[in-house]
Amino acid sequence: MTADSEYKRRTVLKAGSAAVTATLVATPAATPAAAAQTDSSSVDMTLRVNGRDHRLAVEPRVTLLDALRERLDLTGTKKGCDRGECGACTVLVDGRRIKSCLTLAVMRQNVEITTIEGLVRGDKLHPLQEAFIRQDALQCGGCTPGQIMSGVACISEGHTRSADEIREWMSGNLCRCACYPNIVAAIQDAAK
Amino acid sequence: MKNFTYAAPRNVADAVRLAGQPDARFIAGGTDLLNLMKDGAQSHGAIIDINGLALGDIVQRNDVIRIGALARMSDVAAHPAVRRSLPVVSEALLNSASPQVRNMAAVGGNVLQRTRCGYFRDSGTTCNKKAPGSGCPALEGENRGHAILGGSDHCIAVHPSDLAVALLAVDAVVLTDRRRIPFADFHVVPGTTPDQETVLGHGELITGFEIPVTPLAARSRYLKLRDRATFEFAVVAVAAALNMRGDTVRDVRLTFGGVATKPWRSPEAEEALRGKPLTTTTITEAGRALVRGAVTRDHNAFKVDLVQRALDGLLRDLGGVR
Ligand SMILES: Cc1cc2nc3c(=O)[nH]c(=O)nc-3n(C[C@H](O)[C@H](O)[C@H](O)COP(=O)(O)OP(=O)(O)OC[C@H]3O[C@@H](n4cnc5c(N)ncnc54)[C@H](O)[C@@H]3O)c2cc1C
Ligand code: SF4
Ligand code: FES
Ligand code: FES
Repeated sequence: MTADSEYKRRTVLKAGSAAVTATLVATPAATPAAAAQTDSSSVDMTLRVNGRDHRLAVEPRVTLLDALRERLDLTGTKKGCDRGECGACTVLVDGRRIKSCLTLAVMRQNVEITTIEGLVRGDKLHPLQEAFIRQDALQCGGCTPGQIMSGVACISEGHTRSADEIREWMSGNLCRCACYPNIVAAIQDAAK
Repeated sequence: MKNFTYAAPRNVADAVRLAGQPDARFIAGGTDLLNLMKDGAQSHGAIIDINGLALGDIVQRNDVIRIGALARMSDVAAHPAVRRSLPVVSEALLNSASPQVRNMAAVGGNVLQRTRCGYFRDSGTTCNKKAPGSGCPALEGENRGHAILGGSDHCIAVHPSDLAVALLAVDAVVLTDRRRIPFADFHVVPGTTPDQETVLGHGELITGFEIPVTPLAARSRYLKLRDRATFEFAVVAVAAALNMRGDTVRDVRLTFGGVATKPWRSPEAEEALRGKPLTTTTITEAGRALVRGAVTRDHNAFKVDLVQRALDGLLRDLGGVR
């Protein structure tokens, strides 16, 4: 995928979510958008993501996932379930993998956050990204950023001694397209 | 999720003072609290982030292991003293949730996680735990995952924590900012007040757990049966700790998850083994003693048999019985 086509896709997604917000505002009371209008107690914070400090002001209830995607435009991190069950939102915090949908942005100041966008070195993909391509470890790609972030941690933790061990330690990342055998192969490949 | 104010105190005294506000709640890993708040099962006006408190250590002093309330599930599971002296705790943790959740979730929050009963987590249904007096749709509804022990006509929801079942098997003590609570007294059965799940007071802070290092705890194991191979809550779980003198059971702890409304210890099952040899007969008797008071519903009667088989399998393994 070229940088160009990625940009277009993001633009489409943004237009889509703006439309959703508009309809929510029209319905009364408990919608997130309406609640946001009645309470504006935003908190100023600094998030250190992929080696750069970002200053932003968000309400305490905003998850790290939403802050990354909606405020910092780092849409590589995906939202699947928003309940900790799928792993699409996996990022690293000080090198440890977490699910960014289950933590608040305000709780993650003064730590080093790494997202899928932070894995490339200049033009060079991360070895696990290369292995995913080589092993054909994705179909729709929805789970892939989360799989790769989780896989990077799985390798650095040393949980790659067998295919079974990889399966167990990658169990927090679901794939609707069932690319599991290829994902395991990619991690084995990159762990070599 | 409704909005709230946020504070991140740096010491226990400030945390406890802030948590004294009527609608305040602590947050540790946030892995259960945020889900409950997103689902609308809970809402709180003030969130007190305790991650800045120095409560993350795991230390062994003489014959006691002390685990701070903020120690993460992954770190406790991997700790050498825990693996050596409390294998059941390490095994229960490694069989919980996913690597990411274990990196986030703290052990204090773990024992306070709330039931996975689908009615409780669905904002569109009645539920006595969520809204006292509104009724319990699980009694006549979808109750395959529900309790056969410790239930009442008000609630039959299972306590979901694996760690809690393990801590009960090794005689843990809960430490709070104001007292020590034996783990066995910490959780309570629903009775007529299913919204009350522990003896913890409002704003009371768990600071850690103390666990005695004993030969009993050193020979302990966890068996968890679930609907898929991994990353799933227990259908049935058993923790066993065994101390043998020759062929005779000198002491034993048998605790259970997935079958009861709180982490469940069965003194009756233990009594069937204590002072006796570990044989097919005594193991079978222990299983029968466990389920003697079981109350089943439309979809969960299978647990009566399954939990006895799990106990049988685990005890044979642990005791080396063929
Ligand atoms: C997808 C998924 C799968 C899971 N699978 C399993 C599983 O298989 N087995 C299992 O056992 N668990 C499982 N869990 C549950 C998980 O273990 C808990 O969510 C976690 O342990 C809670 O810890 P926490 O630090 O995130 O707590 P939080 O969510 O921060 O807090 C939970 C509650 O405890 C209170 N609290 C936290 N710390 C303290 C303290 N020190 N003193 C007083 N009150 C405190 C909070 O106020 C809150 O009410 C799963 C969770 C998810 C999301
Ligand atoms: S079993 Fe308990 S938690 Fe579930 S619906 Fe009934 S009262 Fe609510
Ligand atoms: S979006 Fe976070 S785990 Fe699914
Ligand atoms: S590649 Fe489609 S969900 Fe994994």
